[in-house]
Amino acid sequence: MTTPGTDITRARIEADERVPMIHIYRDFAATPAQLFRAHTDPDLFARWIGPAGMGVDIGYWDARDGGSWRYTAGHGEESTAFRGCFHTVSEERVVQTFSWEEMPDAVALETLTLDEIGAGRTRLHATSLCGSFEARDGLLASAMETGVNDGYDAIDRMLEAGEL
Amino acid sequence: MADQLSRVFAALADPTRRDIIDRLSSGDATVTAIAAPYDVSIQAVSKHVKVLEDAGLVTRSRQAQRRPVHLEAEVFDLASMWLERYQRRAEERFQRLDTLLDDLDEDGTPLTHPRTAQKGQAS
Repeated sequence: MTTPGTDITRARIEADERVPMIHIYRDFAATPAQLFRAHTDPDLFARWIGPAGMGVDIGYWDARDGGSWRYTAGHGEESTAFRGCFHTVSEERVVQTFSWEEMPDAVALETLTLDEIGAGRTRLHATSLCGSFEARDGLLASAMETGVNDGYDAIDRMLEAGEL
Repeated sequence: MADQLSRVFAALADPTRRDIIDRLSSGDATVTAIAAPYDVSIQAVSKHVKVLEDAGLVTRSRQAQRRPVHLEAEVFDLASMWLERYQRRAEERFQRLDTLLDDLDEDGTPLTHPRTAQKGQAS
């Protein structure tokens, strides 16, 4: 689905058809080593992961096979925490779990693959495998103020109205 | 309902199907008309249309013999709004990463004198 030879200068999102997975692709003017470091060095990671305008505090961070991590974003009442375990940490591939502490049962399995594509560029391919299609859709819709349930309500209404 | 939305997201994952939706956003079209610009069989396009139909993204009129395909804009707008917002969040994150990468040497070690700070763009 991702055509080789085409630059992905803006993040590309794909919802997998077969499994409850989200794919993210993006090309960077960087080496795999640089991108690897930006994902595994806690000080560097805290500088870009965001969300924008929110400070990120690393609670613990042990980027090696079998290590664990936790960080909070924002401060006080507004703060929210994420945690998980590193399963595989190598420059070719990072595999880790990810959960938002407000929904501790929804654990996603994430992989990060970094491939050199020439001319000093590297293609990032990140995947999040969720526990169910419902959880995957919830994650996709989580970036909206109106959550996934509003969407389900809208689809319910459309079904009731015979529009679907 | 989760199944329905998953079918929508999955239907939108394919570039040919996104193209077909683009085409339909300017008006209803028959499968033959949709297939014309592609180097694929009408049967292949027909399969894509079926996936879109199962997801509720398009409907086909039962009356007209040519059975033109119609885009259900409300369903498409909702799903694409979610995907776009998710995409925008990811892109914002990656642009912050772009800035950071400028300040790393080839091994990923932070430079002693960051380039961005020299340009006055320190975040």
